[in-house]
Amino acid sequence: MGMTMTEKILARWSGGGPVKPGDLVVVDIDAAVFIDNTFFPVYWREILKVADPGKIIVVFDHRVPAPDRQAAAAQVVGREFVKKFGIKRFHDVGRDVGISHVVVADHAYALPGTILVCADSHTCSAGAFNCAARGVGAPDMIYAAVTGKTWFRVGETVRYDVEGRLGAGVTTKDVFLFIANTFGDHANQNVEIGGPGLQHLSINARRTIATMGAEISADFTIFEADDTVIDYVRKRNTKPFEAQSPDKDAVYKARRTIALNDIEPLVALPDAVLNNSVPVNKVAGEKINQAFIGSCANGTLDDFAIAARVLNGRRVADGVRLIVTPGSQEVYRQALRAGYVQTLVEAGAIVTNATCGACSGGHMGVLGPGEVCITASTRNFKGRMGDPSARIFMASPATVAASAVSGVIAHPGEFTTEALV
Amino acid sequence: MSDMISGRVWKFGDNINTDLMLPGDVHMADEAIQARHVFAANRPGWVDEMKPGDIIIGGKNYGTGSSRPAARSLRNIGIACLVADSINSLMFRNCVNFGLLALECPGVSKLFPEEGQIAEVSLEDFTVRNRTTGAELKAQPVPLNLLTLMRGGGIYPVLEREGLIGPKKAVPKTAKVSSGHD
Repeated sequence: MGMTMTEKILARWSGGGPVKPGDLVVVDIDAAVFIDNTFFPVYWREILKVADPGKIIVVFDHRVPAPDRQAAAAQVVGREFVKKFGIKRFHDVGRDVGISHVVVADHAYALPGTILVCADSHTCSAGAFNCAARGVGAPDMIYAAVTGKTWFRVGETVRYDVEGRLGAGVTTKDVFLFIANTFGDHANQNVEIGGPGLQHLSINARRTIATMGAEISADFTIFEADDTVIDYVRKRNTKPFEAQSPDKDAVYKARRTIALNDIEPLVALPDAVLNNSVPVNKVAGEKINQAFIGSCANGTLDDFAIAARVLNGRRVADGVRLIVTPGSQEVYRQALRAGYVQTLVEAGAIVTNATCGACSGGHMGVLGPGEVCITASTRNFKGRMGDPSARIFMASPATVAASAVSGVIAHPGEFTTEALV
Repeated sequence: MSDMISGRVWKFGDNINTDLMLPGDVHMADEAIQARHVFAANRPGWVDEMKPGDIIIGGKNYGTGSSRPAARSLRNIGIACLVADSINSLMFRNCVNFGLLALECPGVSKLFPEEGQIAEVSLEDFTVRNRTTGAELKAQPVPLNLLTLMRGGGIYPVLEREGLIGPKKAVPKTAKVSSGHD
């Protein structure tokens, strides 16, 4: 019986024998990415032994620069851990800091055909690189560091084939919202994505979908590795790797085709991502207090380009705060060089340093009671970005930028008639 | 430890997310504070109504969301078992990690039409029975090694015994705690 991409990667790193849905596998990991949250005392346990410091990466991302004493203390613990075990791939507050999943992409730490874990649910972001990457718990991270291994229950796989091209004003965030709205949760299932439409989607556009895999509860969200992926990784990482393609006779729980041409801009309504989206026009006119573009899903250079295209020569509406947070300082530098930061700041946006920031409600854009926000980030759960009475709509960076200019939720088609992706 | 668990049930619906069980504003607070805030936004006061030994019956996709240890808070308030139609795999991992007994049992939300009914869960054959109505269903078996971790307090006691991690340290008592989610 043939295997899916996920099954082939898990098979390779669990000893080579075939794996099938229902199996429990123990696998060798290629990378364990630690974040600042894990070093807070309520999560951290002192590690006495590390299997291979070369497989550990440390990135401070959720609370940088430290907004309070507790965050500062956690970062001290993190730095001591890095020093004690001589960890080389350390991204402290500075030139190469950013959201861990974005830093992983910037440096191509996620090698095709390998396994990567991190104590953040959006780790599936690296699935864009044909990597079996997923979020695990803090204890899983400590187990992975000391043993070099982790375990997975193998789920069934749903295959998506994308075809065609996205229309004007539409992004892959809308593609994700379409999937979440149409097919609901994928709990205990792997999502795999391929098809002829991939050739028109940049690495960043794919990463938006891969990152959002967490929001449909997918175990893994893995893309096929085409030449775009292979070239991207080879340019940034010299380690050898072997990408995995699905067997021709792989068995799927379901196989679905997404016609990119048919996707329209969507908005997820407050409090839930699943089965909760409507076309933008259904909520157009809803007054907003804050607009946010950032996170591991929408803090890429492509997202800056989209926002800059909408905001070029325009102003953020009175009474609206537009906050834009790059996914990494590397993205920040690229956006500076391309002139996007200038365009956004001229329009009235606040451009922050790279961090999880407002997406996770930690700092730099926390919502107050009764406020309305439209966000291009990962999640719109009640209370996520601040006060539980705040209402969080979630959409693409194009829709968020259009709304920031309008002062109300607005369709991006009013501001750009070009294809964005 | 008995292979039969019984307790009064509390019902929660589909797509119950981690942030409801462990809200962002206590994400970095100590465990005792976190435990006081379980379901604070969607069911205020519930932590005072429930009693140790009670059982949660959930719908589809229970525990969707972040890697935060919502399972630890449920364990700390004394939930004897979580049974849901399906459980998000990151939530399930954290049930293993922190020692919360958790079973997936498609249809279980309909097996218990009312809160307050008594559930009987057999860990020998993974039967879930509504003692009040007499109806029963088979849950999906949990592999023995994972079940052993769930029933033995999770992964940390194992790593401690093997000398791989240090002992648990008390969380400093400070008035202000960072918020923020992962």
